[in-house]
Amino acid sequence: MTAATGQFLLPDGLPRPVPSPDGLDAPYWEGTLAHELRVQRCGPCGAWQWGPEWICHRCHSRDRAFEAVSPTGVVYSWTRVWHPAHPAVTHAVPYIVLVVELPQADGVRVVGNLMPGADGPLAEDAVIPIGAPATAVFEDHPASESLAAPAFTLVHWRL
Amino acid sequence: MGSRTLRGAVAVAGAGESTYYKRGRSPDPEFVMCCESILNACTDAGLDPREIDGFSAYADERSDPTRLAAALGVNGLRYSNMVFGGGGAMGSAAVANAAMAIATGMAETVVVYRSLAQGQFRRFGAGAQTPTISGPAALTAPYGLTSAAQQFALRVMRLFHERGVSPSTQKALALASYHHAQQNPRAVMYGRPLGPDDYDNSRWIAEPFHLFDCCMENDGAAAIVIVSAERAKDLRHAARPCYLLGAAAGNGFREGTTVHNAEPYASAGFTTLVPRLYEMAGVAPSDVDVVQGYVNFTGGVVMGLVEHGLCTYDDVNEACTFENLISPTGRMPFNTSGGNLAECYVHGLELQLEGVRQVWGESCNQVPDAKVSLVFSGPMVAPTSDCIYGSEETL
Repeated sequence: MTAATGQFLLPDGLPRPVPSPDGLDAPYWEGTLAHELRVQRCGPCGAWQWGPEWICHRCHSRDRAFEAVSPTGVVYSWTRVWHPAHPAVTHAVPYIVLVVELPQADGVRVVGNLMPGADGPLAEDAVIPIGAPATAVFEDHPASESLAAPAFTLVHWRL
Repeated sequence: MGSRTLRGAVAVAGAGESTYYKRGRSPDPEFVMCCESILNACTDAGLDPREIDGFSAYADERSDPTRLAAALGVNGLRYSNMVFGGGGAMGSAAVANAAMAIATGMAETVVVYRSLAQGQFRRFGAGAQTPTISGPAALTAPYGLTSAAQQFALRVMRLFHERGVSPSTQKALALASYHHAQQNPRAVMYGRPLGPDDYDNSRWIAEPFHLFDCCMENDGAAAIVIVSAERAKDLRHAARPCYLLGAAAGNGFREGTTVHNAEPYASAGFTTLVPRLYEMAGVAPSDVDVVQGYVNFTGGVVMGLVEHGLCTYDDVNEACTFENLISPTGRMPFNTSGGNLAECYVHGLELQLEGVRQVWGESCNQVPDAKVSLVFSGPMVAPTSDCIYGSEETL
């Protein structure tokens, strides 16, 4: 699923993700641009791990493959943010951040925002059901000339 | 453990602090506050600051030991050390490092200190503000997950789900902290009591944290002076010395994993430290008379109390109540000087001072005849650390 072009869940101005200069997480960001959710899986031993690292924590192989997984998960935790710690979100609160577990990748977890459902925005006191299934929503952001920063794609979630 | 222990090897000779201020209110630079706290600690110890020969720090301390040694005119510097780890989680590890230096003969008189003027430098509560970001934070900050409160809210929300912990435990910790601060003239919140309705009506920061679940941001500095147990007998607190009984630091298997993949997740991070801590200290949780815990956010302290065996997830909702947390009548007196919420956020070094003062019998909210005094540093952080102080009777 793709968010409508030009409409971002949170306003511009939050820190823009840029792949690490050392290349460690480049396959992840290339994947999101292609609307794929990739996490690390060791070639030789098959262990999943996230966040990314240069070697496998289980067998110490440097074969740090990134594997595309089904863009679905399960809500593991959530918070509704009310205090705009960053000035970019001063007028965007409250918003909801999710930790989403990926059972298809041995339960590694990723972070994203909760998208409004088909029925529109959630009530401001809605309780987000931990354990509920969630589906990824890829949100494309264009490159920034002023920051000389590349295009990127965020991965949000819809229940 | 045999002879490989710090138990009883060192004592805290003195404790001192700067005046504590709200963020941005200190008329003095951070370094001056640091010097003031060290000089006050030496006065309290009854020793000449020139005898200091070691410094032990944490949390990316800015007051450099070599500059301090020059400024204070110390006779010679033998040991300067700063431990890795973020925020205030390694405060107890800095105490342990000072003790290790003395126990191994590397130094004689070591200051453990923290100076933190958030009005003069960056605010910890503001989080990432750069236009672009790389590395693990690139997987969280673009989603508006930029501050510590937001990051830790996710852990505590999971705790409430997994363990059936009531938000009332968070409220009780906040009310007890403020209650104790009303007897502490040093406290930033002295004269500013917090009632149950004030807490309930306070705004959300990031659910499940209200404003009063979050630590303050302050200008302050604090220091303790550590010497060998033998030397302490010649100093000012000799009549009722405070010994370090044990300390632990670190984290378990992959607890430092990034992007919210730490396991266990709904944890303060003490599960692997606590057995080592109590073994070295030679005491059990039931022996603990008073506890100081690092409130970055109240929910993490709830986990910390359970992980230190002071209650269980079966009874935490009944154990972690205002009545139970206050001195002198509660069964689990907590943050008896006000701590990070109401005394001063000096990255938890103020907790070490208070833990020691309880053993000395000099607290502003003294627990009667306190002998075993537990301090745990920043919860929900890897690595983290904790320590236990004890009176002469505990040796």
